[in-house]
Amino acid sequence: MSEVKKIATRESYGKALAELGAEKENLVVLDADLAGATKTGVFKKAFPERHIDCGIAESNMMGIAAGLATTGKVPFASTFAMFAAGRAFEQVRNSIGYPHLNVKIGATHAGISVGEDGATHQCNEDLALMRTIPGMVVINPSDDIEARAAVRAAYEYVGPVYLRFGRLAVPVINDNPDYKFEIGKGVLLREGTDVTIVATGLCVNSALEAAEKLAAEGVSAEVINIHTIKPLDEELIVSSAKKTGKVVTVEEHSIIGGLGGAVCEALSKSAPTPVLRIGVKDTFGESGPAAALLTKYQLDGDGVYAQVKEWL
Amino acid sequence: MNTLELQKTANEIRKSIVTAVHSAKAGHPGGSLSAADVFTYLYFEEMNIDPKNPDKPDRDRFVLSKGHTAPGYYSALAHRGFFPVEDLPTLRHIGSHLQGHPCMQHTPGVDMSSGSLGQGISVAVGMALSAKLSNADYRVYTLLGDGEIQEGQVWEASMFAGHRKLDNLCVIVDNNGLQIDGNVADVCSPYPIDKKFEAFNFHVINVADGNDMDQLRAAFEEARTVKGMPTAIIMKTVKGKGVSFMENQASWHGTAPNDEQYAVAMADLEKVGEALCQK
Repeated sequence: MSEVKKIATRESYGKALAELGAEKENLVVLDADLAGATKTGVFKKAFPERHIDCGIAESNMMGIAAGLATTGKVPFASTFAMFAAGRAFEQVRNSIGYPHLNVKIGATHAGISVGEDGATHQCNEDLALMRTIPGMVVINPSDDIEARAAVRAAYEYVGPVYLRFGRLAVPVINDNPDYKFEIGKGVLLREGTDVTIVATGLCVNSALEAAEKLAAEGVSAEVINIHTIKPLDEELIVSSAKKTGKVVTVEEHSIIGGLGGAVCEALSKSAPTPVLRIGVKDTFGESGPAAALLTKYQLDGDGVYAQVKEWL
Repeated sequence: MNTLELQKTANEIRKSIVTAVHSAKAGHPGGSLSAADVFTYLYFEEMNIDPKNPDKPDRDRFVLSKGHTAPGYYSALAHRGFFPVEDLPTLRHIGSHLQGHPCMQHTPGVDMSSGSLGQGISVAVGMALSAKLSNADYRVYTLLGDGEIQEGQVWEASMFAGHRKLDNLCVIVDNNGLQIDGNVADVCSPYPIDKKFEAFNFHVINVADGNDMDQLRAAFEEARTVKGMPTAIIMKTVKGKGVSFMENQASWHGTAPNDEQYAVAMADLEKVGEALCQK
C-alpha cells in the first residue's frame, strides 16, 4: 500500500485563506499572537495589510471582528479552540451571534490531538458551546480537502460560522473526483446494514478503519461523515438509523453536547434508536504525543472498532 | 444647533427617558439621564448621520458600550427622526423593537447590539480599524460607563486602539461616579481614569461638567483635531441629572419610577424646560 498523505487541517486553513485572499478583497484575517500555530501566517505573508494581530486578547479580537463585519469586511478570527469557544464564548454569543454578524471563527488545536500541551489547551467542549448559539453554523472538517472547501463555503455563506481545525497531520480521505462540500450536508462514505457510524473531524478516518475491521468479521457498518454539526443533516442520519437500527457517534470531543448529543437529539424526535457515543468520556485530557493520546482515549481505528464490537 | 436648542432638546430627551422607563416598569434611568446631554450632542450636532438613510456607508458610527442606558439612546434616536417618538413607551414591552438593550437588527439607527459590558468598545475599535483599512473617513464614537471600565476587555480594546493609532475613534466615559453597588471609588476604584487612558496612548480630554453643552462642544471639537492617536473624553456627570430625587442616587441605576414618582420627575423636567424657554 502506498504511503497515505497526511496534512493537518490547520495547514489547510492557512492555505485556503491565502488563496481566497487573492480573490476577495474584503477578507480580513485576525489572530491573537498565534499566527505561526494557526497557520494564518501564510495569509500574513501574502497580505500583510489585511492580517491583524490583536495580541493575546481573544475577547477583544472577537469584538473587533464584529466591528469589521458591520462595515462589510469578512473577518476570519483565528485562535485555538480553547480560547475561541471557551474564553471568548460570551463575546461570540453577544457580539457576533446575537446580531448575526458575518464573522468566521477559525479555531485550531481542537481536541486531545493537541498533544503535549495537555488538558488546558485541549478543547473538548467547543462543539457543544458553539452549537447552542442561535444561528451559528458549526463545521468540523475531516481532512485537508474538506477543510479547504469548508473555508471557501464559510466565506460564501452570510452569517457567523465556527470552523474547527486540528493540529495533528491527518490522512487525506476525500480525494475522490466527485467530492463536493455543502454546508449542512453529510457525506455517506460507506454503505452498510448492521450499524451506522456517524463521525466528524479526524474521527471520520478512525470510523472508516473500524468499519474495515468490522467487515472482516462480517459486520456491515455504514459510515457517515458529518462535517457540519449545525445545521445537522438529520435526514441522512435518520434514514440510515432506520435502516441499521443501531447508531454510533465518533468525535474528538466530549461525549456530552457535541456530535453525539446532536445525533441523539435528532433521533429522539423521529427515530428513537440505541446510540453509542464514542468520544472523550466526560474527562479532561493530558499531555502526550497526539497519536498515543488518540489510542489511549480509544479514538483511533482500533479504539473505535473495539468499542463498537463490544457494544454490538 | 446652538447651545440653547441643544439644551432644550436634551430636556425633551430626558422627559422621554423617564416616560419610557415608567411605561416599561423597568430599565435604567440614572445612567440614561447622566448621558442625555452627550447623546443629544452626538446625534444633533457632532455625527454625520441621516435618519432617512440610517445605513448609509459613510456615516459616523456610534456604539453604546454601556448598553443598559438604551432609554437615553433610543430617545435621542427617536427625537432625531430615526423612528417615531411614540414608539418610546413600548420600551421593553413584548413585541417592541425597543429591546431592553440595543439590538441593531430591530431598531433603525442602532449601529451595534450591545449590553454586555466591556464588549461595545471592542466593536467600535473594529469599526474604526475598518475605516483605516478602507481609507474611509467616518468617525466612530463609543460611550462607556465608569463602572464598565472595570471590565478587562475595555483595556484590551484600548491597548489595541492606541497601538493602531486609531485617531478616528473617540471613546467617551460617562463618569457619573456610581454603579449598582455604590460609588465606583468604593466598589473597585477605576481612578485615575485619565491617566489610564494616557498610559494606553490616548489623547485624553477631561470635561469638568459633561452635562454642559458648551463643554461638550469644546471637547468634541478638540477630539476632531487629534491625529495619530485615539481620543478619550472623560466627562464628569450627575447620575439621574434633571430629576431631583434621582440625582446622585445609585438606587436609581436600574429602577423605574412609580406613578407618583413619574409625576414628580416630569414636573422637575417641565420646570427645567420653562427656565430654558425664558432664556
